[in-house]
Amino acid sequence: MTAVSAKQETAHGKKKGLLKWLKSRKGQQTLIILAFMIIPLTLLFVFTYLPFGEMVKFSFYKMKYSTPPEKRVFVGLSNYIQVFQDKEIFASLKLSLYYMAGSIIQLALALYLATILSFKTKGGNLFKGLMFFPYLISGIAIGFIFKYFYTRGFVFDTILGWCGFNLENLPYWLKDQSINNWSLVATSVWRYFGNNMVLFIGAIMSVDSEMYEAAELDGANKFQQFIHIILPSIKTIVTLNVILSITGALSAFEQPYVITDGANGTATYFINMNRIAHTNQKVGLASAMAVVLLMIIFACTILQKLFFKYIYRNADQQDEVMTKEERKRRKELQRKKKQAAKAGKEELA
Amino acid sequence: MKKQKRRKHYSVGAMIWIFIKYASLIFFSFVAVIPIVSCVTTAFKTEAEYQSTNVMTLPESWFNFSNFIEAFQRANMGRAFLNSVIVMVCVLAGSVIIGTQLAYVLNRFQFPGNGLIRNLFLFASLLPGVAMQVTVYQIMCDLHFVNHLYGYIIMMMGTDVISIYIFIQYMENIPVSLDESAIIDGASYFKIYWKIMLPLLKPAIVTACILKGVGVYNEYYAANLYLNKKELKTMAISLYTFTGPLGNQYNLICAGVIISLLPALIVFVLCQKQIYSGITAGAVKG
Repeated sequence: MTAVSAKQETAHGKKKGLLKWLKSRKGQQTLIILAFMIIPLTLLFVFTYLPFGEMVKFSFYKMKYSTPPEKRVFVGLSNYIQVFQDKEIFASLKLSLYYMAGSIIQLALALYLATILSFKTKGGNLFKGLMFFPYLISGIAIGFIFKYFYTRGFVFDTILGWCGFNLENLPYWLKDQSINNWSLVATSVWRYFGNNMVLFIGAIMSVDSEMYEAAELDGANKFQQFIHIILPSIKTIVTLNVILSITGALSAFEQPYVITDGANGTATYFINMNRIAHTNQKVGLASAMAVVLLMIIFACTILQKLFFKYIYRNADQQDEVMTKEERKRRKELQRKKKQAAKAGKEELA
Repeated sequence: MKKQKRRKHYSVGAMIWIFIKYASLIFFSFVAVIPIVSCVTTAFKTEAEYQSTNVMTLPESWFNFSNFIEAFQRANMGRAFLNSVIVMVCVLAGSVIIGTQLAYVLNRFQFPGNGLIRNLFLFASLLPGVAMQVTVYQIMCDLHFVNHLYGYIIMMMGTDVISIYIFIQYMENIPVSLDESAIIDGASYFKIYWKIMLPLLKPAIVTACILKGVGVYNEYYAANLYLNKKELKTMAISLYTFTGPLGNQYNLICAGVIISLLPALIVFVLCQKQIYSGITAGAVKG
């Protein structure tokens, strides 16, 4: 009897203690949550959401930075109308097509090189390093390097001269409007392809290396390995990058800013926005431009999210038929192998 | 004999593949370095040599450092480097502390608003920086942060999403049982963060620091807007000295460019692995 009551008592005491413990822990928890979040959230608010709100507000006003709040003129939607009517601004959106094309080339190139480097390669690390390094150079330095690189008769022309081109037939890379946007896009590709390559290598390396060995035993060549093993396993990161490149192209800014300063028809949307805001001081119009572009970017992002949801929904189903597919693939590989052997025999005969 | 023939056939295909492989690697490495190499050769040329020779010829002497010295002095790069170091140290220290604390709270505690805060940060990463500067500029002016190093530092600390994600990801792999046993031992939450989390997060911190460090060192757009005094210039924007009347003296400019990218090169050579893993880690945030 006494033993039972003692047990009950300790259980009771434990319960009470637990409650108390919970209470004090809860208090501590709240305290630490608040203490650890106040600074980051303040910074986030002050440098992201406050400016974002202001931007939306400013886009309805005609104002300069120096205009005191009471003198700003509310103009309704006229800034937005101007964005869509101004030919120069709207034409600059078209330039992003160049950058989209560039980033597709860049991704393809990066994927190709990443695939090569993920197989055993002599000096692979050196090549990787050399191709990646441009990513670490500051935008300004890149601006100077390529101004120099593209100047008439300088680096690029000299190299083309070695390859047998005549200087007189070469265009002015940064002045000729038919080519200068491509020159800038090439710079952007130059800067970022190594970065994408490293990304893709990371993704490819996460594939189980036994898969390659098995495939090799099954007689799959490098191309087949790429199509059937590498590509499926890095599908997600490639799609993600393709979509990112769309938003990136829309907000292309650095290359024209540091190399041509937007002269000779290279002014992208953000270049125009930057000029309108800081040189012309038409803050309202610039804000409207920013809001319009943000809307486009959000739309792209939402599409991306939906797209990924769609992919993942399929992926769940795929898991079940995976073995079937795998078997199919194996069979196909074997068939090909047999065919190849047959072909080899015929050749010998 | 038959066997030999077959083996030979196979090796031709392999050799073509090897040839294509190395040819493309060499070609693209060449493409990647040639603009930089041309800069290096030019930086070693004297004024007269620069005027008289083709840009791609090698300089007469590899020990002609006069351009480097002049570029260094003209662009006041000693001061600029000091500023860059101050900015980097402060921003990195600040964002590591803020980032790990935030990640700790978001990862370890369930509380109303947890998901919302994550989304707020994610959403913030979508806003392109250049567009935001249109109105951030106004706020910086209102706070009297313009033309002060601390203002620029605080602004740079605030806009960091990727490292928070790296921290959260890494923290997910630290078992909660560690926290629990520490709690049983009577440790406070701050002590858990300080004594357990922070040391265990070290690799993630290194990764985030390198990523962020490269970004901060190379940042020039906001620096140019907010550090518009000669003595406040960072390394990246000290190169602006070479625009205008000096705009055609490429031997000088190239020397400046080379000086400015030397620190990045040194860090790259020393921490290649961490940089690569940082790039890979930063990309998975989506």
